[in-house]
Amino acid sequence: MEKLLEVNNLHVSFDTYGGEVQAVRGVTFDLKRGETLAIVGESGSGKSVTTKALMQLIPKPPGRIKEGEILFEGRDIAKMNEKQMQKIRGKEMSMIFQDPMTSLNPTMKVGNQIMEGLIKHQKMNKSQARKRVVELLELVGIPDPENRIKQYPHQFSGGMRQRVVVAIALACNPKLLIADEPTTALDVTIQAQILELMKDIQKKTDSATIFITHDLGVVANVADRVAVMYAGKIVEVGTVDDIFYNPKHPYTWGLLGSMPSLDSEDEELYAIPGSPPDLLDPPKGDAFAARNDYAMKIDLEEEPPMFKVSDTHYAATWLLHENAPDMDPPEMVKKRMKGMANMSSSSSEGDRV
Amino acid sequence: MTRYILQRIGYMIITMFLIATFTFFLMKLLPGTPLSAADKLSEEQQAVVLEKYGLNDPVPVQYFNYMVNLTQGDLGISFQFDNREVTTIIMERIGPSMTLGVQAMVIGTILGMLLGLVSAIYHNGILDYGSTFIAVVGKSIPSFVFAGILQYFIGVKLGWFPVALWGTWAHTVLPTIALAIFPIAIAARFMRTEMLEVMGSDYITTARAKGVNKFGVVFKHGLRNALIPLITVLGPLAIGLMTGTLVIENIFAVPGIGEQFVKAINTNDFPIIMGTTLLIAFLFIFIILVIDLMYGVIDPRIRLAEGE
Ligand SMILES: Nc1ncnc2c1ncn2[C@@H]1O[C@H](COP(=O)(O)OP(=O)(O)OP(=O)(O)O)[C@@H](O)[C@H]1O
Ligand SMILES: [Mg+2]
Repeated sequence: MEKLLEVNNLHVSFDTYGGEVQAVRGVTFDLKRGETLAIVGESGSGKSVTTKALMQLIPKPPGRIKEGEILFEGRDIAKMNEKQMQKIRGKEMSMIFQDPMTSLNPTMKVGNQIMEGLIKHQKMNKSQARKRVVELLELVGIPDPENRIKQYPHQFSGGMRQRVVVAIALACNPKLLIADEPTTALDVTIQAQILELMKDIQKKTDSATIFITHDLGVVANVADRVAVMYAGKIVEVGTVDDIFYNPKHPYTWGLLGSMPSLDSEDEELYAIPGSPPDLLDPPKGDAFAARNDYAMKIDLEEEPPMFKVSDTHYAATWLLHENAPDMDPPEMVKKRMKGMANMSSSSSEGDRV
Repeated sequence: MTRYILQRIGYMIITMFLIATFTFFLMKLLPGTPLSAADKLSEEQQAVVLEKYGLNDPVPVQYFNYMVNLTQGDLGISFQFDNREVTTIIMERIGPSMTLGVQAMVIGTILGMLLGLVSAIYHNGILDYGSTFIAVVGKSIPSFVFAGILQYFIGVKLGWFPVALWGTWAHTVLPTIALAIFPIAIAARFMRTEMLEVMGSDYITTARAKGVNKFGVVFKHGLRNALIPLITVLGPLAIGLMTGTLVIENIFAVPGIGEQFVKAINTNDFPIIMGTTLLIAFLFIFIILVIDLMYGVIDPRIRLAEGE
């Protein structure tokens, strides 16, 4: 598969009164056409900022892309101006946001909100666009689209609104779809429906997807690969199997131990001790060291590079250095990994695109 | 919707009735009679005059007569101005007041909104500081001080517009500006805050993520949502203007309701005071109704809640 997106050493900072918040500090990853990458990590780890930077949607000021390149089909997004970005946003890449209650314009008819992109990017006239909007609403499973397009967002339920948001994102068949916790704000049954919808659509349209989530069940369900973020960096990246069966970074261990899974009946959850570092003044060395039971002396002094585990699997921890002692994840996490394995194998067969 | 409007009109009538009753009795509590200014009259002459205007009747009778006349649109006869009908006097005088009020309101809110918009778009830039300065000055300096400044510099020194009196449109310019300063300041501050908040909201990010350009983001998506809260200040602003005209008309010697009102108060001309109070009260209530209806036009959530 050909590469659609290549992010190299991306740094994003916010200039605040308190100083420079280094929200993203050297993120590197790539994405192939049609592939789904899940990004997981604690709150504040920079998942949203990273993905917003991909579309230059960071509010400027205070935000700025400080360094790095974002190669989208070979063109560097980081260097594009607003005019160029407007041609790419909504057409080549689009985004689905977390809260469908706030992400639609309350004073604009739903049909017009979907139509906007079509008229702008596909140069459709109003009646062509309206026809396409009806198709889109059918595609995302909204009944009675002919009438629904004339309504306002407050006349839709949360789940239906999120379907509208999905329709907006899909309107111009983007090559890259970014979904920032698209189901978090919805209740569980609706979550499952929206997830099914997104998977379904992905199969039909073959757009690459970046999926931010806190839910490992969702990761197992939708993703091909997983990137684990911590304090503005990707600390481990690999296929779903790599991350679920063979995690290498102690932070990933903690994350696996602490995230509720779909079938979490018996297990107690693990809490990673401490809290993430202050991004105004990130620590020297490994940012996770202070919370890491397995931290070594070098962790406090020098930042670990990305060590290669396999062709698909990389992790930034000194534990992978040849001189480091062999370490196993804690028992509890191992147990949960087993549970995870069951979960992913039962749901991934034939499902994963 | 029609039912809603009818209901509101019903409430308006009740409110007007209460206000009329209240002002009537308040007026009766005022010391002095309309004649106290003209003490050259003899006892008999005074008695004749009081009898003629029904001022010797018991207060409840006077009240009853007044209310009956009121339902027929008759506000009585002025004590001072050549026995002319209050309705006629108000009608003659309402033109200049309305002209000033409406001009100041329209110019004030539109200019204020534009200033606020510019402020929000160029947030923390030089234009933002400029318009914030105008807003602070406009809000903190009373309109009658402005009136004086305008009269002196623009009217006398530069001679661009007439200093006072009424006649041509040029005469309206200075009083309108003096009146408009406050609405400009308030609307600008409000618009800036609302617009900044709206521009930070999720649906604006959604719009940007669709590839909508800056103009579209501000005017198609932002403005309308920022206008909804702005409507809430329009009412108080309009009402503020109505009281503002009372002062400004006197400063610029504009033959309007306000100037008349002040004269009437000085001479205890009850029918004029009553008539003007009722007129102002009616305008208050009417403005509030119009503003409530405006919400419905701008905010679909309200429109539908009431329409169904
Ligand atoms: N406008 C801003 N100004 C200052 N700091 C910001 C701004 N936006 C984000 N940040 C900072 O950037 C960091 C990363 O935030 P981000 O929203 O990417 O986290 P996240 O991983 O998406 O978390 P969550 O799971 O809660 O969505 C945080 O420390 C946050 O405080
Ligand atoms: Mg986020």
